[in-house]
Amino acid sequence: MSRLFLAFLCFLRILFGKKLPPEASKFLPEPTTPALGPAPEKAPAAKPPTETRPETRPEPRPAPAEDRPRVSAAQQHRDGALALLALLQREGRLVDFLLEPLDGFSDADIGAAVRDVHRGCRKVLDQHLSLEPVMPGAEEARVAVPRGFDPAEVRLIGEARGEPPFRGTLRHHGWRVVDARLPALADGVDRAVIAPAEVEL
Amino acid sequence: MKILGIDLGTTNSALAAAEDDAAARPEPIAQVTGPGEIAARTTLPSFLLLPGELEVPAAQLQLPWSGPLRYAVGEFARDRGAELPHRLVASAKSWLCNPAIDRSAPVLPFRGAQRELERDMEGGERVSPVNAAARYLAHLRAAWDDAHPDEPAAEQEVLVTVPASFDPVARELTVVAAREAGFDRVTLLEEPQAAFYAYLAHRGDAWRRELTPGSVVLVCDIGGGTTDFSLIEIADDAGNLVLERIAVGDHILLGGDNMDLALAALVGRGVGRPLDALQQRALVHTCRRAKEQLLGDGAPDKLPIAILGRSSKLIGGTIKTEVTRAQVEAVLIDGFFPEVDADARAAQRRAGGLRELGLPYAHDPAITRHLAEFLARFGRMPTHVLFNGGVMKAPRLAARVVDRLRAWAGRDVEVLAGADPDLAVALGAAHYGQVRRGKGIRIRGGTARAYYIGIESAMPAIPGFTPPVKALCVAPQGLEEGSTVELPDDELGLVVGETSVFRFFAAAARPDVPALVTDQAGALIDADTEGVAELDPVEKLVAADADHPAGQLVPVRLEAHVTEVGTLELWCVARDGRGRWKLEYSVRERS
Repeated sequence: MSRLFLAFLCFLRILFGKKLPPEASKFLPEPTTPALGPAPEKAPAAKPPTETRPETRPEPRPAPAEDRPRVSAAQQHRDGALALLALLQREGRLVDFLLEPLDGFSDADIGAAVRDVHRGCRKVLDQHLSLEPVMPGAEEARVAVPRGFDPAEVRLIGEARGEPPFRGTLRHHGWRVVDARLPALADGVDRAVIAPAEVEL
Repeated sequence: MKILGIDLGTTNSALAAAEDDAAARPEPIAQVTGPGEIAARTTLPSFLLLPGELEVPAAQLQLPWSGPLRYAVGEFARDRGAELPHRLVASAKSWLCNPAIDRSAPVLPFRGAQRELERDMEGGERVSPVNAAARYLAHLRAAWDDAHPDEPAAEQEVLVTVPASFDPVARELTVVAAREAGFDRVTLLEEPQAAFYAYLAHRGDAWRRELTPGSVVLVCDIGGGTTDFSLIEIADDAGNLVLERIAVGDHILLGGDNMDLALAALVGRGVGRPLDALQQRALVHTCRRAKEQLLGDGAPDKLPIAILGRSSKLIGGTIKTEVTRAQVEAVLIDGFFPEVDADARAAQRRAGGLRELGLPYAHDPAITRHLAEFLARFGRMPTHVLFNGGVMKAPRLAARVVDRLRAWAGRDVEVLAGADPDLAVALGAAHYGQVRRGKGIRIRGGTARAYYIGIESAMPAIPGFTPPVKALCVAPQGLEEGSTVELPDDELGLVVGETSVFRFFAAAARPDVPALVTDQAGALIDADTEGVAELDPVEKLVAADADHPAGQLVPVRLEAHVTEVGTLELWCVARDGRGRWKLEYSVRERS
């Protein structure tokens, strides 16, 4: 789970960070031809036996990592981040929304769509992550930053004089993920396709 | 040994686990939730998707305990299945109790009149209603085993719930499905009773203050696709409170999905342009939320409704409309819960000459009329009501039912606070497992109806006149699990080497039909008595052996046995003591 949590953090860093970390650029997909032509020929899959009975005796779990083709840690980070993006797109159409130019739409038009985007993305958060403020207490209230605080948890704004505790105004209470229940990802699925093309027949 | 309670629902299934000294808790169910994504959910949508290789790649359907699969059950099956309706099995449980089809034959996904065409369709795997139910159960079993490798589900005590209205055939088929899923031994429990057990477990000892001798509780279970009523009476037996399930309603195919569709149709008309299948589905989802909000406490006068554009142009393609509280009240409260009197009766569909095979959906959408009819049939008015099922999350719908009950009864009818309506049945089933181990009070139930075997009167043949059929009561209503009734000798016989077929009937005791009230085993009534319904026939092929040469007529007497599992068995016992044969339920299509 900690790996998924890390993947989530990486995702947020990459999505919202000002600069793409050089390590991350390596994972950008190679420019490929758009998927217009027929999909590349795959090795013909063995025809699965027709099942008259469901899996009554569950097969043993797939062998642990040693026997399976190794998926690199970097690949896992990338897949985790893309899977979360796919979820936000599927449930809340987040990518469609972010990539659509807003010029020319009235606030009312945008507002109507945003309700659904909000509801869908919120559902993803509720289902998969438990969030709580890093610093409890009302925003805009005076708070004390105790001795021994973690600068990664509390970001000081302005000059800190002397030794903690510091007193200041809580501008943003921060968010901490206390539990991440991201979906487990099956192997052999291309995560780069965060939303498949849809063709109605 | 743990106790597993399984709610095998029409639209959602759930799993709960209990131990001797630990209360029942819902068990998360790992399932495919998106392409190649596996996550745990509290319920397993009872949908089976059987896609072609070009529709959903097998790799997207693999589970932690399987390789790539050619089918999926659960959330992704439901969501992706909406785009592939020809590959989706839904409401398998309603098919399980539909005598119009052969329930052990692969007929699902059902395509009605197109059945002949689709032999030419490529790759369309079909399953039987029994097999579909087995796959849901097998998934629950595999998900449990994956999470609890040291306590395999098949080695625990397993209880599976069925609608109270399930006939003996559908109960038997549920047991067959469980066996197919690897549960060799299960016990059946009626869903409304399970909901009541969940209430008992939820309230602890406080229920003894809420319910007193003479109380009659209506369990009103309105799920996504079905509505089920039961009455449970509280009586005093030598100073001890006893609970008895005294009445069970019919299987009504009417529920929350009908309401969401009705509201969506109304809102869709206001849009002024055609919606495609996916937009229609999004609209139904939106309407479900609107229903709960606009029928809640402190509801706004209207809610904005947006249907997002289908293409990547999200905002540009969005359709805006709104739904008002007045509209929702007119469509849902007055349409589905009209203010009817106690003597109202649900409208019946007139038997048409030609009717497409399919699920026998309720013809009358008015749930209050079905309820009035149910209560009048059994002549009892409840003092309390226990709601179950997702529909009753809308407070004003529950309020309308309570309002009608009070008007009909002419006195107060209290609402009992039950457990989470989505999980109550599974929790209650697990609690019933504890009760069976002596920890808690048990509801006396027994057979939901009285059962009859058809006997043709011996009469000379007259052209144009079918000899009247008598119905011989073989099992009275309320026959408890584990008990057997032997019928007095009758002129019944099995022909060796031929399949003997007996017509089979059921009836629930009704004060307005005196013949049915006290029918005990051995009673003989007319098969066309009001309230007697014909079920699938029962049959037996007695193979010839040394004792019984082919063609011989073996005089038998009947025995009815309600098993500990909760199924009804009918046995023919040779009067000379040289043989016993169990009658089999026929699930073949009736012509």
